[in-house]
Amino acid sequence: MSLTRAERTIVVSMWSKISTQADVIGTETLERLFSCYPQAKTYFPHFDLHSGSAQLRAHGSKTYFPHFDLHSGSAQLRAHGSKVVAAVGDAVKSIDNVASALSKLSELHAYVLRVDPVNFKFLSHCLLVTLASHFPADFTADAHAAWDKFLSLVSGVLTEKYR
Amino acid sequence: MVHFTAEEKAAITGLWGKVNVEEAGGEALGRLLVVYPWTQRFFDSFGNLSSASAIMGNPKVKAHGKKVLTSFGEAIKNLDNLKGAFAKLSELHCDKLHVDPENFRLLGNVIVIILATHFGREFTPDMQAAWQKLTNAVANALAHKYH
Repeated sequence: MSLTRAERTIVVSMWSKISTQADVIGTETLERLFSCYPQAKTYFPHFDLHSGSAQLRAHGSKTYFPHFDLHSGSAQLRAHGSKVVAAVGDAVKSIDNVASALSKLSELHAYVLRVDPVNFKFLSHCLLVTLASHFPADFTADAHAAWDKFLSLVSGVLTEKYR
Repeated sequence: MVHFTAEEKAAITGLWGKVNVEEAGGEALGRLLVVYPWTQRFFDSFGNLSSASAIMGNPKVKAHGKKVLTSFGEAIKNLDNLKGAFAKLSELHCDKLHVDPENFRLLGNVIVIILATHFGREFTPDMQAAWQKLTNAVANALAHKYH
């Protein structure tokens, strides 16, 4: 699966808008991920569950990880969200050769992080929802299709060395 | 059985009250066919599905989308018994329509994205979580009678 020229144009042009709000987009994407797919929190045992947070109230039984502060707006969440969005940006800048641009990240996920592949679908979906919410006029059916395909491609690259 | 908290029910019904079901239904089905073109396999009789604009403007797509989302609205009136509410539709989708239940999950996610475009900042992560729970539960209810 590869992107058509039209799809690449859509992704690249929307990116110039997205990148001006990269941190907000990244943080919100992760907030959505942890709210909707709480099992994703299992990959962040080093993050604190801040008492009083919405996540804690909703998922109190999962409070067995002490380190990562998952309440909305936490510095850890923002930093990690920025990292994720920056990586997506790297993929956009090398949209003609995503595999090469994300090669190191692909190895990291395969040998160190070993995030189950199903989570890439959850994260991609949450990023799409965030984009739809922030850029409703730009997020047309064509843009939705192009971004869904692009993130699917990125996910494929990040999991291609798993086995 | 899926249990919705009072907050989740409020998030769901509150937002639903503001949805233009006809418009959103057409958009939802249209986007499903655009973003996941293999889903067009069920709609050979719908005419021109050759481009995103053809699909989004197609009157049969709009009409059928309205039907589907109206039915989804029934789910919201039966949050405490989704399996019962969708039993007949589940049999229909299995025995007559032969629809892979994976399609229900795809449509559910498209509906969530449409809500995000319509409600922007109001569609918070907590709101999304309630809606993901609902679309997931509806997908499961629709798949429940499959054999």
